[in-house]
Amino acid sequence: MKIKKNAYFITGGILSALLTILIVVGMFWTPYSTTAMNAKAKMQPPSWSHILGTDNFGRDVFSRVMEGAGTSFVIALLVVLIGCVCGIVIGSLCGYYGGIADMILMHVCDTITAFPAILLALVIISITGGGAYNIVLALGILFIPSFARVVRTQYAGIRDLNYIKSARLMGVSAPRILYAHILPNTLPVLIPAVTIGFNNAVLAEASMSFLGIGIQPPQASLGSMLKDSQNYLNSAPWYALGTGLAVVLLILAFSLLSEGVQQGSRRS
Amino acid sequence: MKLVLKKIISLIITLFIVSLLAFLAFQIIPGDPTTKLLGTNATPEKVAQLRSQLGLDRPVLIRYMDWLVSFVKGEFGTSYTYNRAVSTLLADKLPVTVLLTVLSFLITAAVSVPIGIWAGSTRNKWVDHVFVILDQVLMAIPPFFFGMVSCFVFGIVLRWFMPGSFISLSESFSGCVSYLILPAVCLALPRIAMTVRMLRSSIQEELTQNYVYTARSRGLSRSGIMRRHILKNAMIPVVTFLAVSAAEIMTGTIIIEQVFTIPGTGRLLVSSIGNRDFPVVQAIIVILAAWIVIVNFTADMLNHWMDPRLRQ
Repeated sequence: MKIKKNAYFITGGILSALLTILIVVGMFWTPYSTTAMNAKAKMQPPSWSHILGTDNFGRDVFSRVMEGAGTSFVIALLVVLIGCVCGIVIGSLCGYYGGIADMILMHVCDTITAFPAILLALVIISITGGGAYNIVLALGILFIPSFARVVRTQYAGIRDLNYIKSARLMGVSAPRILYAHILPNTLPVLIPAVTIGFNNAVLAEASMSFLGIGIQPPQASLGSMLKDSQNYLNSAPWYALGTGLAVVLLILAFSLLSEGVQQGSRRS
Repeated sequence: MKLVLKKIISLIITLFIVSLLAFLAFQIIPGDPTTKLLGTNATPEKVAQLRSQLGLDRPVLIRYMDWLVSFVKGEFGTSYTYNRAVSTLLADKLPVTVLLTVLSFLITAAVSVPIGIWAGSTRNKWVDHVFVILDQVLMAIPPFFFGMVSCFVFGIVLRWFMPGSFISLSESFSGCVSYLILPAVCLALPRIAMTVRMLRSSIQEELTQNYVYTARSRGLSRSGIMRRHILKNAMIPVVTFLAVSAAEIMTGTIIIEQVFTIPGTGRLLVSSIGNRDFPVVQAIIVILAAWIVIVNFTADMLNHWMDPRLRQ
């Protein structure tokens, strides 16, 4: 798959690379400790020593954003991974073989996608309880139908092309046809679906943690930090603004990248 | 007519399935409701008595039918934490959420359709870029962060309103609406961005169709073609999308109500999930789900009315 370079692709690529580096570094090292409280440096506005200021416990907001973005990032990655892998398996089998199972499964998928993911995730979380594992599982399962739908359409279109027919005649095994011959040709559609899914996952996790039913303290994600910061909007607005901008940048970076991929592959 | 009947039957079946799933989902919760009501050290006889009193000793399907009948009658059960009927809890909260949803939906439709039509009929590389960038940025901002920023700017810096001082519907209708405008805008912004983008690409696709050239060569004016020919076709996918928006907005109120401390169903839902107050959670989820199913049905009917190709 060749992508013609364009402004969206380059900006999105640079932004996502920078954020990814910041997040990976944040997993091993942050400028200040994210847990040590400092009563003397409570709620300080942004300065050279604390570029996003400090929070109500005197913790450095920038360091906490690095750590929280890591949690959000890993959760979103896992959610997309579950949704994408299961979606590819279900979608490829449905699209390639068709039949009654395909009809029923796609009907179920359409019904599930008719409901907003957050609402269904709320139902699951209200039954299983919050926490990182349940969030990943709930959102991961809910992301399967959209991927399955996209993959199925691609497979149904490709399965009758001549190169697949000749591969079948040459005796290539079904798994090899499914995942070595067809799968690479679904990438122009699959890659934007993955980036859009990633953004939706970041947003969904942030929303649920913001409601207080996602990530539980002491673990922090961008959503739970935003929930925290809401109480200090009056006295420490930089806490909310810095954290919120991190969410926006994280989503924007990957959606610009996806826009770039889509525009680039459309032209070529 | 036959088709409408078929659609209505399928709507009823869908509502049945959704309600059954919602009922079953809350049956598999670990722990018995009797322990919740009686505590852990209740005698087995007392538990058995309460079980038969609540009807828990009967088969699941019969309990489902009973529950459904009382639900349709508006009896949603009794809240564990407030010890009051769920319907009375919802009575003053549901109107607020509905009002917020309607306001936000009206803003979405009223803003995005004119802008989308204008953006679709202008062919300019720079306008294109501006719309793509605006779209990307607006979609990247979560509505609750928008809400927090507007609380900060309009509430704390400019002091136009007091965040948290909600004016209830019974107190003053106009006061309530004016408090709800800002949250409604926050919910609407990402939907506006998406609808504009969709309408724009839909119109641009229609512009390349042959019937447009034919109409042009017959001497029709550009605006006439837009109004009478292009929009009729271009609006079809947008109507479906607006229906999805209505569902998303209703769900979005759950979060935005937290930001602006609006005492609606969303706040009740979140606190009930925290308290594991399942009758309340179940009632709200079923109402929201029914709303989504009905909205999708309406969009489907509208599409059939707008697109004669679907009627065959």
